[in-house]
Amino acid sequence: MSGVLDPRTSPPFPIVAKTMLGDSQLRKNVRHATDVIQTKRARVVGEMPDWQALREAGRQIRSHTMENLDFYLEELERNCTRAGGVVHWARDAEEARQIVVALVKESGSDEVIKIKSMTTEEIHLNPALEAAGIHPYETDLAELIIQLGEDWPSHIVVPALHKNRQQIREIFQKKMNLPELGERPQDLADAARMFLREKFLRVKTGLSGANFLIAETGGVCIIESEGNGRMCLTLPETLITVAGIDKVLPRYQDLEVVLQLVPRSATGERMNPYNSIWTGVNAKDGPRNFHVVLMDNARTEILADEEARQTLNCVRCGACQNACPVYRQTGGHAYGSVYAGPIGAILTPQLQEMHHAQSLPYASSLCGACYEVCPVKINIPEVLIHLRNKVVEQKGVSAEALAMKMMGMVFMSERRFRAAQRMGRMAEVPLVRKDGQGVGWIGWLPGMLGGWTQVRDLQEMPKETFRDWWEKRGKDGK
Amino acid sequence: MRVSLFITCYNDTLFPETGKAVVRVLERLGHTVEFPSGQTCCGQMHWNTGYQAEALPLVARFVEQFRNAEAVVVPSSSCVAMMRDHYPKMAAELKDERLMAEVEALLPRVFEFSEFLTKRLGLEDVGAYYPHRVTYHASCHGLRNLELGDGPMRLLRAVRGIELVPLEGLEQCCGFGGTFAVKNADVSSAMLAEKTTAVLNTDAEACTACDNSCLMHIQGGLHRQRTGVKTVHLAEILAGDEVGR
Ligand code: SF4
Repeated sequence: MSGVLDPRTSPPFPIVAKTMLGDSQLRKNVRHATDVIQTKRARVVGEMPDWQALREAGRQIRSHTMENLDFYLEELERNCTRAGGVVHWARDAEEARQIVVALVKESGSDEVIKIKSMTTEEIHLNPALEAAGIHPYETDLAELIIQLGEDWPSHIVVPALHKNRQQIREIFQKKMNLPELGERPQDLADAARMFLREKFLRVKTGLSGANFLIAETGGVCIIESEGNGRMCLTLPETLITVAGIDKVLPRYQDLEVVLQLVPRSATGERMNPYNSIWTGVNAKDGPRNFHVVLMDNARTEILADEEARQTLNCVRCGACQNACPVYRQTGGHAYGSVYAGPIGAILTPQLQEMHHAQSLPYASSLCGACYEVCPVKINIPEVLIHLRNKVVEQKGVSAEALAMKMMGMVFMSERRFRAAQRMGRMAEVPLVRKDGQGVGWIGWLPGMLGGWTQVRDLQEMPKETFRDWWEKRGKDGK
Repeated sequence: MRVSLFITCYNDTLFPETGKAVVRVLERLGHTVEFPSGQTCCGQMHWNTGYQAEALPLVARFVEQFRNAEAVVVPSSSCVAMMRDHYPKMAAELKDERLMAEVEALLPRVFEFSEFLTKRLGLEDVGAYYPHRVTYHASCHGLRNLELGDGPMRLLRAVRGIELVPLEGLEQCCGFGGTFAVKNADVSSAMLAEKTTAVLNTDAEACTACDNSCLMHIQGGLHRQRTGVKTVHLAEILAGDEVGR
């Protein structure tokens, strides 16, 4: 699996998707897990009479923040520094990695315990730490499975969603050296607990992402389900947080809105079992040193694109992934990035050089299920179409572009449109086969259109168009 | 009422029966029907595939054909969604203020066919007769962009002789998605397989919807599997009457 999830090298979506479609175990796991989460989500969202108002509030908070991001980032830096934190700015992934590696070394440790963080996945931090002789230990159960299984996350909230219990047991048996391990969820949880406890007590440096950064107080907020995060936030002497600059919220009070939206959308819970907010350092408790690395990594470019800006409103709940019929068929790895599903399809091409944009914005049927569930109302289909337009403009001349241009010209004139209709009827003749009822069907189409006839037939064109019928009708006086 | 039809390019070319059915229903209800002959395409395929430059001029063309219409009826939910969701922005992109104003004035008079019957005319029973076992597929654009809700179902329930059977996974995309079906043929096929299985599980004779694009795709899959199950646009069911049979 290694290497596949680097958007700079991953093959285009349709190619990886094809492989994934052949993995029936993976598809069963993904289908089952997303079904379970969606059912729970629907139930807890359904019990909120003001859900739509809450979504709108979420959208407004996030949009307002993005429009004033520079202001809130400066406020955050001031308040975080005042509370005893140290703020670092990273322009891109490379810079963020260097800063973190240097900070860990400075902490005097060659090990770190990690809280689940998509941002550190985004910048491939673990390999960079290892290369510098630092061992990162994932403490989130799902991330631990991924790490031990030498795999990649396939979902932003449930990274090991593509694995079932049996597969997880096998990983644990092998990597934790527990040949006798039972197969009940409890057995697996116990094994992970034992494995991690020793790390929590020993390792002096912690590494986290952030669900939110609070400008007004300089605080960082992490929400989680297992409590492992809380251990990493309280036990180490040094705590390093890596966060995209898009994670800011203006006020403490804004948490009221997002902390209702996120858990319901993400895991179908009314609230997260563990909500931690820490602000700088405190002499009596917790880490002695606190660093926050604020990373841009193309986010200001997204910000500058008015039509795509809403991408940054994302609160990483993963609801769009669970709802997406494309994601549900292929799982997350087909997207060639740690951000999969609808959010990945719009975020990844914008985070990286447009390499992956050639296929990801097209990895959607534009059904709108993602927009419907997004707790902050990101109009993902709209952004997808916007990115497709960018792809088309960058690609320039191609067979598809020529065909589209010709069609465009056809639609600009009634005469040309009618001629094209006639031509279509002539062109299809050699492809049409009559069935038992004397109806003509096309079972094979050439070139680009071949995808259609892979599993579908196409009925032959009717002899008379609607407009021909309409004209004749007019002449005959009905 | 004087109703202007926008039949859409693929209905005109591939599904003329749908247009004829719309004419039959509307005339039976006592309306006068017009078909402005200069109409072609709403631009959806171009717009959704990223060919904005080719789609933009079609906005003005549409306005040109329909600016004086009392009501525009379109038997395609995705084309109406295209116009409603994107035309105002497209006109703004063209920096044509007159066009912007005209689009704004025209759009409230544009209706998807079932929407016109239920919301504009307030009808459920249009006097149809269709003695078959039918299941209904809620196309994504009708469901989410136009919020048709149970409008089409209410129309169907009022049809005499019909036996309606619910479709499992009603709100699941069928996997068509325009050029998606070709660009991501494998994923599209996998989505279609789920939809055709659901249709076959209903034992219906026909699957209906408010959009022939989904139906063309579903029909293509059903025919390839040699199932004998047909697809039929909602308008064609509503056009059926006892006199005609
Ligand atoms: S785009 Fe919306 S639904 Fe998807 S992860 Fe982000 S916030 Fe959640």
